[in-house]
Amino acid sequence: MYTPHTEQDVAAMLAAVGAASLEELVRVPDEVALRAAPDVPPHHAEIDIAARFAGFADRTHAGEYLAFLGAGAYRHYIPPVIAALAMRGEFLTSYTPYQAEVSQGYLQTIYEWQTYVALLTGLDVANASVYDGATALAEAAIMAINATGRRSLLVSRAVHPSYRRVLCTYAAGIGAAVDELPYAPDGTTDGTRLAAALADERYAAVVIQSPNFFGTIDPLAPAHAAAVKATKTLLIGVTAEALALAALATPASWGVDIAVGEAQSFGNAVAYGGPHVGFIATTETHLRRIPGRLVGRTVDRAGRTAYVLTLQAREQHIRRERASSNICTNQAHCALVATIYLAAMGKTGLRDCAAHNVARAAALRARVTAVAGVSAAFVAPAFNEFVVRVPGGAGAVLAALRKKKILGGVDLGRWYPELADGILMTATELTTAADIEQLGTALEEVVRDVARV
Amino acid sequence: MSQPAGLLFSKDHEWVKVDGDVALVGITDYAQQSLGDIVYVELPRLGASLQQFASIGVVESVKAVSDIFTPVGGEVLEVNAELEADPALVNREPFDGGWFYKVKLADVGELANLLSPDAYDRLIAEA
Repeated sequence: MYTPHTEQDVAAMLAAVGAASLEELVRVPDEVALRAAPDVPPHHAEIDIAARFAGFADRTHAGEYLAFLGAGAYRHYIPPVIAALAMRGEFLTSYTPYQAEVSQGYLQTIYEWQTYVALLTGLDVANASVYDGATALAEAAIMAINATGRRSLLVSRAVHPSYRRVLCTYAAGIGAAVDELPYAPDGTTDGTRLAAALADERYAAVVIQSPNFFGTIDPLAPAHAAAVKATKTLLIGVTAEALALAALATPASWGVDIAVGEAQSFGNAVAYGGPHVGFIATTETHLRRIPGRLVGRTVDRAGRTAYVLTLQAREQHIRRERASSNICTNQAHCALVATIYLAAMGKTGLRDCAAHNVARAAALRARVTAVAGVSAAFVAPAFNEFVVRVPGGAGAVLAALRKKKILGGVDLGRWYPELADGILMTATELTTAADIEQLGTALEEVVRDVARV
Repeated sequence: MSQPAGLLFSKDHEWVKVDGDVALVGITDYAQQSLGDIVYVELPRLGASLQQFASIGVVESVKAVSDIFTPVGGEVLEVNAELEADPALVNREPFDGGWFYKVKLADVGELANLLSPDAYDRLIAEA
């Protein structure tokens, strides 16, 4: 219920701040007040506006470029069934329902999403989704800090740099320290000094990403996982490319306590900055620390299946400042899209798609490393992206490729000074043999030009 | 309502049973009745060092989540593991099987900040 302020409330508040009236309180100072109407064109007919905006859209040339970009946002095929279902008014107009149980259909889709996340991660419980992979990681870190009573985090340098920045922002707010774990020459996290680092039981969690930011498959080795367990440190597993979960051993199988990641790959378009959709799953031990909404399945008085929001007592609208997370919502529509995608693909379809990604990336790696002067940076197995070293610096090579209408990958020097000649390249099921050959040929020309300079 | 003899009470409805420098802590019958069906108890970690009257855990009932304010300070020696599987034990036996945790008292003098059974009776009669 919305309760407006009474005149007495307003008078009391104005008196408290020393303003005579609301107008005086919000008065724009003369020196910045607008004196004349802004110079905006007059109104136009709808037909003219549509034509004008179509003209703006025509100025976008993204479609003319061949793209090998990934690094946390992936171009995958989106079956038309997704738009047909997800754009239905019943789904498109609903926000997270306040009288939740009236919206049985929506709750059912969230329950199905949670079920898919639990299946893909191998863990007991998943929530209704969070904003994106980076915030999912930050929420998992808070869970670990609360569960262990420790205030430091040990994070692999092979975790997505943007995720680490978001994590550091959250950590600064709650007074937690974030330390780095180096990566080894093969492109996986270097665990050799892990046991020693954990010995004083200072760390709430160790954070590992697989496939990691270099595309390398990077689960924590069993011996290192044992060191984590032995010191009662939690293991957080990150996956920025959710499709990889269909091809690799589950995070649960390599010992994670909390699995988080990004599910944009499941039917959500690569857009300029989002929206993305984060997932978070954990073991039953940490059930009550998971942030956000949880949908449960039960039966009503007549014994019929019914879906409910459950364990709400831990949420912020009940627990106020004592809640462990300020997330009271979820990324419902993007999670719905991902759920429809997973249902449409099915277990076999998803595995086939993941296998195509592995094969196309292997073909791409073989082609570009056949170019004289270009070499694979790391030898460890990859999923659908990998790092190559190029002569002349990544920035110069990528700029030259852009002139040939090719977005050849991501310049790693931006985050890793030691990899200033490193390009992160991605192939998906949408990358064709012709695309691979076009990049290979262009790269040969570019590298030859670089050598001539 | 009369309280079991030999216990001390806090204004936040916890009870304390002292044996030398060790104390057992739980919530009162009045507290469990006010909360309703208890579904989860989050207890402090073994070995944790508690400050008197600090919030050190929660009791979750079907109605609400409430903080546990420890009536005594000290080191946690033992927690009631049975509450994990059967939190309703707090409803059934608040003063016996439904105990929460055992503390090695940091300062026996802190007990002076607690209420006698009669004083606690008067407190809840006024509530």
